Amino acid sequence: MIYSGTISDEQVEILINDVLEHHGYDFTGYSRASLKRRLARLYTMDKHVSFAEFRYKTLNDEIYFKQFVEGVTVNVTEMFRDPTFYSLLREKILPSLNTYPFIRIWLAGCSTGEEAYSIAIILQELNLLHKSLIYATDINPTVLEKAANGMFPLSQMKNYSENYIASGGKKDFSSYYTANYSLAKFAMELKSKMIFSTHNLVSDRSFNEFQLILCRNVLIYFDRPLQFRVFQLFDQSLEKLGYLALGTKETIDFSPISSSYKKVGTDKVWRKLG
Amino acid sequence: MEEIRLMKKDGLLVIGGSAGSLDVLLKVLPEVNQHLNFAIIIVIHRKQGTDSLLTDLLAHRTQLSVKEADEKEKLENGKVYIAPSDYHLLIEKDFTFSLDYSEKVNYSRPSIDVTFQSAADVFGENLVCLLLSGSNADGVNGLISVKKNGGTTWAQSPESAQVSYMPEQAILRANVSAVLKIEEMAKYINSLAANN
Repeated sequence: MIYSGTISDEQVEILINDVLEHHGYDFTGYSRASLKRRLARLYTMDKHVSFAEFRYKTLNDEIYFKQFVEGVTVNVTEMFRDPTFYSLLREKILPSLNTYPFIRIWLAGCSTGEEAYSIAIILQELNLLHKSLIYATDINPTVLEKAANGMFPLSQMKNYSENYIASGGKKDFSSYYTANYSLAKFAMELKSKMIFSTHNLVSDRSFNEFQLILCRNVLIYFDRPLQFRVFQLFDQSLEKLGYLALGTKETIDFSPISSSYKKVGTDKVWRKLG
Repeated sequence: MEEIRLMKKDGLLVIGGSAGSLDVLLKVLPEVNQHLNFAIIIVIHRKQGTDSLLTDLLAHRTQLSVKEADEKEKLENGKVYIAPSDYHLLIEKDFTFSLDYSEKVNYSRPSIDVTFQSAADVFGENLVCLLLSGSNADGVNGLISVKKNGGTTWAQSPESAQVSYMPEQAILRANVSAVLKIEEMAKYINSLAANN
């Protein structure tokens, strides 16, 4: 598909402005190259006949606007993505949280929930799930509904099972779900320790204190000033000696909070100093 | 065949390829001059988690500095940037990199189309894109965008390609500016930089 040329830079700014003024969603701090591509993709996929029509619908059609937010934000995720990272969680980070009577984890930008279920599986295998709570949040209500359903395409299970084993999982991965037509439905027990809620990293505040915050492949879409603001938000939401986990290409280096954190291992995990 | 247009300062060369393209890079990069007035980006399809291997392999064959592109890093002339595996690589108007983990394009992430199109948007006519050997058509739509925005498009000659489908599609659909044999590529690249 040739998207380039369908939406101009000026039109991107018009839409960002509209969406902020009419819907209260602030995309001004999003990196423009990716955002422009998402908008052009949406414009083409939804078969808009003109920019004016695209703009009108985004402004005035509440149902379409939901679709717009889902289309503009990236919701691609998988279970046990980056197995070495999950192996670090399993071997080091989660066991070290065992000393707490109660473990609170914030998964920011959880999308359709694959990471939340991956973490719950490890917690269960470490016998920590019963005293843990995973707060899974996203800007986008539609993906949270999917996350709460805990059903993922059966066609992905071979890949996820390989990731699980590569991350140090010893069990039969298929024991965690039941096949239901083309979907794999994950065990209710895993979901019992998850709370799903909308949270906008751009505009919402800290809502609790956590021992572990994960936010993987979300910050790559933000410009530097917005990244720094979100790091402050995480810092306010993280207990001393708590952990912050980012995506493989993301870093807190050069940010204002970096001096109060120490890197753990070779993956993108930092521990807040005491 | 069109004449080679000299690259203005701060231009960009993007090389995309899939199956059979690594060999070409290993032959061409050692012959590329060290002082270029443009940056080079390489987007190759490959398995996840083989990044440092590829960077090291290419770095050993050239005097140019080779590194994986980092998020928000600013492009510098004379450097070679490799698109990291499993992310799309885009370029911002301020000549910094953006990474994107959105849906695969042409079953590929990084997708050559995505980088070519993003580069076309930012660099316009000060851009050259070269599509190498490969077994799918990722990059061809990108070449069309590059040409539309005034940039120069090159394809590897299908006879010299281990897998000819990708450059064949480029020639068929994108009306490329030049078709290059492997041994011609370095000369073409070097001649983009006028002062050398």
